[in-house]
Amino acid sequence: MTEALTEPQTGPQAEPLLRVENLRKYYPFTRGIVFVTKVGDVKAVDDVSFTIAAGETLGLVGESGCGKTTTSKLVLNLEQPTGGRVLLQGKPIHGLKGEARREYRALVQAVFQDPWASLNPRMRVGKIIAEALVVTKWGSRSEIDHRVVELLVQVGLRPEHALQYPHEFSGGQRQRIALASALASKPKLIVLDEPVSALDVSIRAQMMNLLKDIQESENVAYLLVAHDLATVRHMTHQVAVMYMGQIVETAPTEKLFEEVRHPYTKALLSAVLPDHPDHRGEEIVLSGEVPSPMDMPPGCRFHTRCPFALPECVTHEPALREITPSHQVACHLYSDP
Amino acid sequence: MRKLPWVSILIIGGMVFAAIFAPYLTPHSPIEQTLPDKLLPPFWEATGSTKYILGTDIFGRDVLTRLLYGARVSLIVTALSLLVGGGVGLTIGIASGYIGGRLDSLLMRLVDAAFTFPAILFALLLAVTMGQGLDTLVVAIGLLLWAGFARIIRGEVLALKQRDFVALAKVHGCSELRIMVTHILPNVMNTFMVLVTLNVGAVIVAEASLSFLGAGIPPPTPSWGLMVAEGRGKISSAWWLSLLPGIAITMVVLTFNLFGDWLRDRLDPKLRQL
Repeated sequence: MTEALTEPQTGPQAEPLLRVENLRKYYPFTRGIVFVTKVGDVKAVDDVSFTIAAGETLGLVGESGCGKTTTSKLVLNLEQPTGGRVLLQGKPIHGLKGEARREYRALVQAVFQDPWASLNPRMRVGKIIAEALVVTKWGSRSEIDHRVVELLVQVGLRPEHALQYPHEFSGGQRQRIALASALASKPKLIVLDEPVSALDVSIRAQMMNLLKDIQESENVAYLLVAHDLATVRHMTHQVAVMYMGQIVETAPTEKLFEEVRHPYTKALLSAVLPDHPDHRGEEIVLSGEVPSPMDMPPGCRFHTRCPFALPECVTHEPALREITPSHQVACHLYSDP
Repeated sequence: MRKLPWVSILIIGGMVFAAIFAPYLTPHSPIEQTLPDKLLPPFWEATGSTKYILGTDIFGRDVLTRLLYGARVSLIVTALSLLVGGGVGLTIGIASGYIGGRLDSLLMRLVDAAFTFPAILFALLLAVTMGQGLDTLVVAIGLLLWAGFARIIRGEVLALKQRDFVALAKVHGCSELRIMVTHILPNVMNTFMVLVTLNVGAVIVAEASLSFLGAGIPPPTPSWGLMVAEGRGKISSAWWLSLLPGIAITMVVLTFNLFGDWLRDRLDPKLRQL
C-alpha cells in the first residue's frame, strides 16, 4: 500500500502541492543533412512559473501551439525540461529513480483529450483501470479487482463494464474510463489535457461536474489545459494565460474574468459567445497569425498582433508583475510611468 | 466484409488433414522401395494400376503416398521457419521501433543488409557448412524472412508509440518492457498474423527450391521440392514424377495467398499494398 507515502509534506512555509519554477523547454532545430548545424531553438515553454495548491484547479489557457500541452507533458515527466524545475510536494520530479519515481507516478496522473486514442483497444477496461495499481504492486488481485469496481461506480459506470473492450463504449464513457484509470492510484494531482473538448457538447457539462465532484471528495488538484474559456471559468480556481511559451496573465478565476488586463486575454474573452446576445462587450479581433516560434518577435511577443502596442513593446520584453494583489500581468500598458 | 474463402479453407484443411493422418490414409510406405513396380503411370493411363492411383517413381514408391507425407514435411518446415523468422522479425521490429535512436539505426541497417543478401546462395552455404537437415532449412528460411517482418512491424510500432495510451502507460508507471509487451505487442498482432499467412506461400516455395537444389530435406524423406528434382531427369517418359508435386506446390501456394489476402482485407485494410 502506498498510503503512508501519499501524506503531504507540511513544511513550515506551507509548500504548495506543485511548484513550477522557471520551466523551459527548447527544441533545437537544425539545417543540413551531411553537415548538421543548429540554427536555433523553438522555445515551446520559456520561463514559466506557477503553483497549484492541494485540492485546487489551475487552468492553463491559450491558443494551440502556445506551449500549454508541452507544459503539461513536463509536469507529467514525459519530457525532460531544458531548464527550470518542477517540484511536487517540495521535491524535484525530474531525474527520480526507483522507489521515489514510483511514488511520484502514483501521485500524478493524467486524462488526455482524445478518448479514442487514450485507451488501448486490445485491453479490457478492467485491466486499463487496474494498470497503475498492478505496476505499483498496490495490493493483491482481489483487492485490485475490488478497487476497479469501486472506481467504475465512482465515475458513473457499472461493475460489469470491466470485462468489455474500449470500442464498446461511447466517447463520454471512454473519457470516464480514462478518468477511473487516472484515479486508481489515489493521485494528488491530475493533469487534464482538454478533457472535454473532444466530447459532444451535450455531455461536456456532465463530465465537468463529475470532475468537480471527484475533486471535492478526493481532494485532488487539477492542472486543466484548455482553450475553451467557458470550461475554464466553470472548473478552475486560478487561471494562467499562455502566449508563445510564456504566461502573460495570471489571477484567481473570478478576478480574471472580472477585470481582464492583458490585451491577449481580452481578445480571447471577446471571442467567447456571451451569455446573452445583448451582452456584447468590447470586441477585439486579432489580425494575423501567431508568429513562427522559430522566429520570435523581439520585445513583447504579442506586439505583432496587439491593437494597443506601444513603441517600447517592440524593443523591451515586459516582465510578469503584480498589478493588484494576486493578479499578475506581463504588459507595458500596466507598467508604472 | 468479403465472405469466407471456402475454397481456400477446404484446401488448407485437406492439406493439414493429410499431413496429420498420412499413415492412415495410404497402405504404402513413402520410403520402402518396390522395384518390380517402378515407374508405373497413374491409373487412368493404359499401363496404370489402381493399386498406385498416381503411379510410382523410379524406386517403385507410391507417388500419392509421398505427396501426402510431403505435405507433412512442408507444413512442419513452414511452421517452424515462420515461428523462427517471424518471431525474430517481430521482436526486432518492436525493439527497433519502440526504443528508437541508435539501436533503431543499427537494426534497420541490418535489415537493409539482409535484403541485399542472396538468400538461396546463403542457404546453400549453410547446407554445406551445417549439413543438410530440417534445422538447416529452418534457419535458412528464417534468415530469408525476418527482415521483411521487422521492417513492417517497426513501421507499425512507430505510429503506435505516438498514441496517447502509450504516454498514459508511462504515467501509470509501466516500465518500457511492460509497455512493449502489454501495449505494443497486442496491437501489432493483427499485422503479424497477416504477414504470416501472406508468407506461407513464399516459405513453401523456398522449401521446395532448396530441396530441389539439394540443400533442403535429405532423401529419402519425401518433400515436394525433392520429388520435382528427382523426376526432372525422366520428365519426357514419366511426366507424373515432376508434374504432380509441382501441381501440389502451385495449388497450396495459391490457396494460402488467397487466404492471406482475405485475412489482410478482413483485419487490416491499411496493409493493402503488401
